[in-house]
Amino acid sequence: MSQEVNLHEQVGEMTTHEVHHDEHHGHHHKETFITKYVFSQDHKMIAKQFLITGMIWAIIGGLFSVLFRLQLGFPNETFPILEDILGKWAAGGKIQPEFYYALTTMHGTVLVFFVLTAGLSGTFANFLIPLQLGARDMASPFMNMLSYWFFFIASIVMISSLFVQTGPASGGWTVYPPLSALGDASEGSKIGMDLWLIAMALFVVSSLLGGLNYISTILNMRTKGMSMTRMPLTIWALFFTAVLGVLSFPVLLSGFILLLFDRHAGTSFYLSDIFLASTQKALPNEGGSAILYQHLFWFLGHPEVYIIILPTMGLVSDVMSANSRKPIFGYMAMVGSMFAIAVLAFLVWAHHMFVTGLNPFLGAFFVLLTLLIAVPSAIKVFNWLTTLWRGNLRFTPGMLFSIGFVSLFISGGLTGIFLGNSTLDIHLHDTYFVIAHFHIVMGVSAFFGMFAGIYHWFPKMYGRYLNNTLAYIHFWITLVGAYLIFWPMHYQGLAGVPRRYLDFSGWASFNQFDGLNRFISIVTIMVFAVQLLFVFNFIYSIFKGRRVTSQNPWGATTLEWTTPINPGHGNWEGEIPEVHRWAYDYGKDGRDFVPQTEPISPNESPESKH
Amino acid sequence: MRVEAMEQRKRIHPNKFTMWVAIASITMMFAGLTSAYIVKRSQPSWTSFEMPVIFWYSTAVMLASSVTIYLALKAFRERERVKYRQLITITAVLGVAFVVLQYLGFKEIWASGISFAGAGGGQFLYIIAGLHGLHVVGGVIALIVLFFKAFSTRFRNYNPVPVEVMSTYWHFVDLLWLYLMVFFMLLQ
Repeated sequence: MSQEVNLHEQVGEMTTHEVHHDEHHGHHHKETFITKYVFSQDHKMIAKQFLITGMIWAIIGGLFSVLFRLQLGFPNETFPILEDILGKWAAGGKIQPEFYYALTTMHGTVLVFFVLTAGLSGTFANFLIPLQLGARDMASPFMNMLSYWFFFIASIVMISSLFVQTGPASGGWTVYPPLSALGDASEGSKIGMDLWLIAMALFVVSSLLGGLNYISTILNMRTKGMSMTRMPLTIWALFFTAVLGVLSFPVLLSGFILLLFDRHAGTSFYLSDIFLASTQKALPNEGGSAILYQHLFWFLGHPEVYIIILPTMGLVSDVMSANSRKPIFGYMAMVGSMFAIAVLAFLVWAHHMFVTGLNPFLGAFFVLLTLLIAVPSAIKVFNWLTTLWRGNLRFTPGMLFSIGFVSLFISGGLTGIFLGNSTLDIHLHDTYFVIAHFHIVMGVSAFFGMFAGIYHWFPKMYGRYLNNTLAYIHFWITLVGAYLIFWPMHYQGLAGVPRRYLDFSGWASFNQFDGLNRFISIVTIMVFAVQLLFVFNFIYSIFKGRRVTSQNPWGATTLEWTTPINPGHGNWEGEIPEVHRWAYDYGKDGRDFVPQTEPISPNESPESKH
Repeated sequence: MRVEAMEQRKRIHPNKFTMWVAIASITMMFAGLTSAYIVKRSQPSWTSFEMPVIFWYSTAVMLASSVTIYLALKAFRERERVKYRQLITITAVLGVAFVVLQYLGFKEIWASGISFAGAGGGQFLYIIAGLHGLHVVGGVIALIVLFFKAFSTRFRNYNPVPVEVMSTYWHFVDLLWLYLMVFFMLLQ
């Protein structure tokens, strides 16, 4: 990249800090392999642990989608190799119905919680909060380590549920009762469901331990001069994310506890008047309400989508500003709109329940509040576009993924306005329109934000660059592929094609889409293959990537680029730097950028009113 | 690091702050459960239960333990180690006594014919008060850790932060029980 080489020269001229090429000095204790790589309390190592575990989960979760797309795209074909690998789940080379539901359920669970919550927040909150705030580590490094290990145990339990005889949970990632509460109702509601609940309970503990730490670190451990309004937007985003998690996950946990009692102790919080076809028996349970579970679930479930998207909004803002060589447009508006989103996140959960028999009068309020979210979202989009406007754009892979993020967020966000209307929802609910909406707006765009973050901060994590050519292939195929996969689903959804069916070929109203389904499946396989290319790039570059030779390769203003190239535990050798300005002094007074650590000089033009 | 710690003294200690956020989190859990209770209560086939007298005793024990932990913190700050040890021991014993009394209360309700079958006030009480009991047990375990630290001959620790965090948590579980007690009395 010639642009980058140029940049290095500029940075060399402009950075006044001396560059430390050596690794760590002997000022901290001897580390063994175990304390450095396994039970590490260094926030940077914990971040990498979260990232790599998340990537393994992403491969597993992505593979699930490839498998069920095979079924949807080629319902009449057989794939004998699947039987060799999966045994009875693919008897005769065809994905069996029970297995199809297990695949979609686990795809949702894995991607929403294990990849885009733990893998995303876990990585970037751990990595960037202390580095960008000027702290040696988290408020409690020990709790931070526990947070990772609870996530790890949750992962093991969830993985093990894939190998039990009756299979993993298969009632959808929302595990609605009564299906999830009755072991006799389906294969996946047996031991697989218990393992799912245990894994999720452990996951909640992990999230809470992490979230508590993030909040108290951000509020208490900022370096001298780092006032709240000088924090990079990434930190604000991670802060709101942590607050959402800490306040909503406990409610999910209480919902799960009631569900566990319904499953095993004979209570009927969610169960009433049930006749089970599989056993030909009427159940004694009286007085329960399945809707109660949905309220408890979506009280977390809705904030959860913001837990996924907010961190990437922060990452994208910082990557975009640094690579446009321009201050972020409307800093306080960005913070304000994230605050608005965080508040509204708690007030809209019932829009997932418009067709459950919710009082229409109540529904009207939820429509209003839901549509209100469009306001802060639009403010953010406007600010990203105005940050790009007339910027001196550097199309690094991180920047491309940031721009892709904004594109996807707009496309997916607009369909949210359709779905937020309770009347339109009567037609659109449970169709492919919903699938297209949430995959674009929170699935793929969150992945784009995460990729932007990984490409941008990889040099800080490993002291090497990712390969650019592979990165550009990764970006273009993923962006085009994502639109090719999910755009057609809007049309399917408008035509009324419902979710959760595994074979449309015999269904006269919808088998006109057979060709389209095949097309979507083929693109899915290609996009999945390109993600494996990214994984290869990631692993290869850790060991063999081009070395980072300057402390601040992107010419960024924030504090993480004032640490040594390979920072040890404690991040800064000697004193922690002091902060004198906000994080976005790009292109000020004819200078390319001014680091946060540089004092305001007397003849500098006044600080912009952000 | 020392100097920074001194600078941060003026602000709230990060560990104490973390405890306050954790308290907010736990509060949300019980808010979720008690609002589920309110929703269910307005629906048909709600069943009620008789509040056992023994819960008044457990409430008294809980309140007493709040007083003892307050005195323990005071003793720690005044460096009266013997008194401090005695008081946290008493607090832990009161915590255990509370859990035992709660269990006896549950047994009484169970004996009155309210088992896990159904979805009325009794079933909610088992779960909500049971979860509160678990939080008390967690507190007792933390007290035992503090207790052994206080008797350790190798380390003399005068840092009041762990004791302060402990007492904040203990007052919280106390208040939480008062809230639940009032809640169950008003909305049977």
